Amino acid sequence: MFLAAAEAASETPWIFENIWIVPAIPALSFLLIIAIGKRLPMKGSEIGLASIAAVFALSMFATYTWVDQIGFTGGHSEESAEGDTGDAEYSETESLGGGVQSVVLDTPGFAAAEGDESSEEKTESKPVPNACFADEDTGDSDDAEYGDDVDSADKDAESQSSDETDSGTEASAGIQTVSLTNPSGSSVYAASDGYETRGEAIITDTCWFKTGADSSTASGISVGTLVDGQSIMMLFVVSIISGLVHIYSTDYVNGDRRYTHYFAFLSLFTAAMLFMVLSSSTLQLIVGWELVGVCSFGLIGHWWEEKPNSDAALKAFLTNRVGDIGLLIGMIVLYFGAERTFDIAEINRQAVAGEINQLHLSVAALCLMTAIMSKSGQFVLHTWLPDAMAGPTPVSALIHAATMVVAGVYMIGRLYPVFWEGFMMPGTNLNAMAFIGGLTTVGGGLLAFVQRDIKKVLAYSTVSQLGYMVLALGMGAYTAGMFHLFTHAFFKACLFLGAGSVSHACHHSFDMKSDMGGLRKYMPKTFWTFMIGTGALMGIPPLAGFWSKDEILVGAQVWPGTSSEKPGAFVDDGEGFWLAATGGGDGTFTIPFIFGCITAALTAAYMTRVIMLTFFGEYRGGGAHDDHGHDDAHDTHAAADHDDAHDTHDAHGHDDAHGHGGLPHESGSRITIPLMILAFMASVVGFLNMPSGFVKALGLPEGWAHRFEDWVEPVGTGQFPAIDHAKPSLSLAVFATGLGLISILVVRGYYMKLFAKDPMATEYTDGLASKFPPLRALHNVLENKYYLDHLYSGVIAGGTTGPLARAAYWVNQNILDGIINTVGKTGVLLGRFIYRFFDQGVVDGAVNSSGQAAGLSGQFLRGVQSGQVRNYATLMFGATALIVAVFMFAV
Amino acid sequence: MTEFLNEWGITIMVFLPLLGVAAMMLIPKEAEGSHKAIALGTALVTGGFGAWLLTKFDDLSVEELAALNETGNVPLYESRQWIPTIKASFDVAIDGMSLPLIALTLLVTPLVIIYSLNHIPKPGNAKMFLILMLVLHTGMLGTFVAQDLVLFFVFFEVVLLPMYFMIGVWGGPDRLYASIKFFLYTLFGSALMLVSFLALFAQTGQETFNLVGLAEAVASGDIPLGTQVLIFGGMFMGFGIKVPMFPFHTWLPDAHTQAPTQGSVILAAVLLKLGTYGFIRIALPILPDAAVEWAPWIGGLAVIGIIYGALGCLAQTDMKRLIAFSSVAHMGYVMLGIATLTDFGINAAIFGMVAHGLITGMLFFIAGSIKDRYHTLEIKRLGGLLVQAPRLGWILGLCTMASLGLPGLAGFWGEFPAILAAYQPAEPLSEELFRVYMVIAAIGTVLAAAYLLWLLQRTAFGTPSDEFKDDPEIVDVKLTEWISWVPLLILILVLGFVPGLIFDITDSSAVEALKNIGVK
Repeated sequence: MFLAAAEAASETPWIFENIWIVPAIPALSFLLIIAIGKRLPMKGSEIGLASIAAVFALSMFATYTWVDQIGFTGGHSEESAEGDTGDAEYSETESLGGGVQSVVLDTPGFAAAEGDESSEEKTESKPVPNACFADEDTGDSDDAEYGDDVDSADKDAESQSSDETDSGTEASAGIQTVSLTNPSGSSVYAASDGYETRGEAIITDTCWFKTGADSSTASGISVGTLVDGQSIMMLFVVSIISGLVHIYSTDYVNGDRRYTHYFAFLSLFTAAMLFMVLSSSTLQLIVGWELVGVCSFGLIGHWWEEKPNSDAALKAFLTNRVGDIGLLIGMIVLYFGAERTFDIAEINRQAVAGEINQLHLSVAALCLMTAIMSKSGQFVLHTWLPDAMAGPTPVSALIHAATMVVAGVYMIGRLYPVFWEGFMMPGTNLNAMAFIGGLTTVGGGLLAFVQRDIKKVLAYSTVSQLGYMVLALGMGAYTAGMFHLFTHAFFKACLFLGAGSVSHACHHSFDMKSDMGGLRKYMPKTFWTFMIGTGALMGIPPLAGFWSKDEILVGAQVWPGTSSEKPGAFVDDGEGFWLAATGGGDGTFTIPFIFGCITAALTAAYMTRVIMLTFFGEYRGGGAHDDHGHDDAHDTHAAADHDDAHDTHDAHGHDDAHGHGGLPHESGSRITIPLMILAFMASVVGFLNMPSGFVKALGLPEGWAHRFEDWVEPVGTGQFPAIDHAKPSLSLAVFATGLGLISILVVRGYYMKLFAKDPMATEYTDGLASKFPPLRALHNVLENKYYLDHLYSGVIAGGTTGPLARAAYWVNQNILDGIINTVGKTGVLLGRFIYRFFDQGVVDGAVNSSGQAAGLSGQFLRGVQSGQVRNYATLMFGATALIVAVFMFAV
Repeated sequence: MTEFLNEWGITIMVFLPLLGVAAMMLIPKEAEGSHKAIALGTALVTGGFGAWLLTKFDDLSVEELAALNETGNVPLYESRQWIPTIKASFDVAIDGMSLPLIALTLLVTPLVIIYSLNHIPKPGNAKMFLILMLVLHTGMLGTFVAQDLVLFFVFFEVVLLPMYFMIGVWGGPDRLYASIKFFLYTLFGSALMLVSFLALFAQTGQETFNLVGLAEAVASGDIPLGTQVLIFGGMFMGFGIKVPMFPFHTWLPDAHTQAPTQGSVILAAVLLKLGTYGFIRIALPILPDAAVEWAPWIGGLAVIGIIYGALGCLAQTDMKRLIAFSSVAHMGYVMLGIATLTDFGINAAIFGMVAHGLITGMLFFIAGSIKDRYHTLEIKRLGGLLVQAPRLGWILGLCTMASLGLPGLAGFWGEFPAILAAYQPAEPLSEELFRVYMVIAAIGTVLAAAYLLWLLQRTAFGTPSDEFKDDPEIVDVKLTEWISWVPLLILILVLGFVPGLIFDITDSSAVEALKNIGVK
């Protein structure tokens, strides 16, 4: 298998080098929809659908190719022989092949180089080539196999340094030949060290621009694509979910007044997201990061006629902008920390090799964490995410659940060495990231309890689950975090689209308490797919969420038997801390672990509440519907156009449901089929990363274990920290599942008793909260969302736009301008004075003219009132023209 | 022919617009059609000729051009006698630093004239209006190509007059106050600048006003640092007021608000750049040591301007005034980039100038079109633009996004690299201080997003008020608007994704301008 990988690396698959086509297709689609969409029979949606189909096909092909390179089935003990063959081949071509690394097998299937000198030496000798400098000496050296050719590395180093001696003209000639349309700087990085490698990134770069010419501060900024397991994983997720959302939307948004715009933005979003995912440089990452933010802005505010929607859009964008301060500064710090480069692979390499100093890494990681807090809804910058539900539901599923909001998590993974080393504060060994994640996961879970709007429950649930991912990454459980991102995308998209289907049936309301109840009888397909999604979210085996959640809890290495054998958190090789291990074994992550367990219970409980309120009891939506306020306002005009549009293509009796008092009904097939596909994914994707013990116990082929890990987590590339993996534990799995089941039973019992009393009821009138003041207080805090919104919009935003801005403007008008006007008025007085006493008194040519000039300036200001300024303007023009003429022709 | 154009090309480009002026002088003012045709034709010919000239750019610095010119005429460099008695010569050149700005001028002027074809502001008189526009064109081009201090000064001042009249005659209700404020304020700065130029001439004692010659003279001479700092101070006043830098910006909101649309566009797109261009063309290369002394102060004023301008925007109730105030903030980024005295910073500054010219120019165009339709720019009364004129609304949306520095659009490349450069300013400057500036500037990006999106929300989103609901005058983008906007919009997009188009041109000039920084 590894032989295959090695061969494949030497002739990089076409798709990996040309992966830029994937984001380019939806970008083109966006432009086409904007240009001609409205004139087409399906109003532009056909372009969107065609483009997403192409993206889907290419992504699947890329995924297949990637998986094929690494192997569909694994089993490292058998593979190691082949792996050796691969190594041998390399050592023939490569002088550095000697000095075989001591490979430590911590857990089955994991191998990493320990921090001995030879590996460090290697990483030092191999900076990732820069597309801006690589081709200056070697001309059109297309696709230089970087890792195999040590000479070319030296050449590149030389070409960088020789720039300084080259004459300016030669360097400048180089600049002009480099352009986007000439990807001659294309280079492929395929690390091939003397030890087992897996999942090397394939980078195809071209020079974006250069700065500093041939000076000592020269730096070349490249743009291109980086293909590795992580980006392939996201490619897979984005293309599938975006594709399903496109199909779903053709029904759900049908008849909307901005149907064409909607599809244009979906295409733009897909393009921006894929662009970001495939970024090879941090600068490019920033571009993609903000572009997805804009699409989110546009889609949240899709129904911008109503102020609450545009408010929500603004809030989302501005909150993210606050986080972006951290993004910009963090990337800047990294740029300088890594000796002026934006290349992700190079930054990672330097971080792993310990070439960036700890302070730079820590500051950068902290700053970037702010960006992650805003984009991925971590406490305390999560408040925009629930408000973002003002957008159409398919958008919530795609952007605000499955893809865009995980951008922050994705970035942690993308720059994992930076975060990993950056947050390892020597001595304290407290990982801030795990703590933020833990706080978010519990805080979000609690808020999900008090919502009446089904989408808001799901939104807070997303916040909570994103916290889970960050928690995992903070504990060093990289694969667990990424795996949870992967599984969460499917089941949360399934839930959001399910909620959309429900509201489609219930007069476009999302209010569980007043408009839902008993829906399982009316819409069985939606009910069952929603149940599967819920089960996956709760972590019920064998659904997807179970596997990923379990892995995260295992990753804390707190539960007895889960800790890896490595002692201590740090490897101190004498040159500073590096290759820091998780060190969970010493109980560092006890608090995050407890947070994780609480969330497991909370998730099960609030989702049971949703299920009970929505699908059980009696249907409560039969009454009048004029009073549900703005909650569903955004969907009403979609609904208005909806009815007539539906008659033509669906025969499922939409109309009665839209009429008041009608019973709900199942949605059309373009809604239910995506639901079923997602439910299917939510049930099976968990099997991609089964622990080997489980695989053995079931008697399955050993190669089926932890496939996801092998595909996504790179090993031995020199660009990824060596993480030790926790050991799975059956008892922990049983414990966590038990927690969930108990919560389900308790909450279910509560509602069963309630419904037995009154099937239309949604809460006890004499509930616990009304009896115990502390509980009531807690309830109030939750109802007010921890008062964060009051702080942000009331105190901070209000203070800035109100008193602060007014004060600044007052200074402007009264002090700064006051000075100017005073000077002007003084000029007038002076002018009058001079005019009266000098000009009129002493007739002297020189004095006369200077007095006139001063007088003029004064009289002009007075002329504002008197209205005679035009006469003076003529005079003024004449005088100045004379001066200019004198200057120009005074030979 | 080539020889002739090498010798006269730049001069022809600069004075071509005056040819049009001469022709228009002879035609009575009633013949508006022929005035418009001549003005547009002149601007287009100038643009075409200039564009052809710019293709001869070969990434050579002025110094190299001058050296090559010794042996025979080279393109993009001309030197001839002008006023020998005061040692002023007619030295003009185009290098990487001026090229983007010349290109911007060559592009914007015809577009503004196209827009004017059916938008001559009250009280009419297309003849005078367009003549002034062409005179302005010559002034702007001349300032960007001048390589001699006297020549630079003359062109710098030539620009002032047409703009003064444009505001004073064709402006809004408060035009007289605004125009005189603009004129006197700038003239005040220019006076100090002229004193500095003369002092420089006297101090170097080399009997030349040539920029390269002066730079060499200062580098090899022994002018006391204190004197240099004073001379720089005079230039700072001249250029700083023009930029405008906080606290000398108060003329700008008035001038912008009162100026006719075309005036605002030219003012924002090109005139503000004369100041920043002066810094990087004259002040930094000639007085590198004084620049080091001044840089922390300039940087400080720049970041104050960023925050202050943004706060000023948040307090505005008039759309045009808001856009005007945003210029104070945006030029703050440009000045911050310059103050770092690094190549990245200067590159960012030049990019920022071009981007600001395109974007803010567009915003003023849009404001003008909204004013045409609604007859007001009071934000409170607007709203629902997207309902009534969807294309205009989306263009406004795109431009606000570009203006707030969205990556992928042109504005980002002026802003982010300037912030980046502040992390590590040139050697002699204080890193700590500039890192504080960096953080403040980064915070400014949030405020920029706040005031621009708030503007977008209040004008474009929502539903139209009863006042304008059925107003037949409110129509979508018209043909002349499309023609004059599309090039700008395309550039905003293209530069956003291919920033190398500008960076690769400016880079070596930026390095060249900084070669004497920190040498002593």
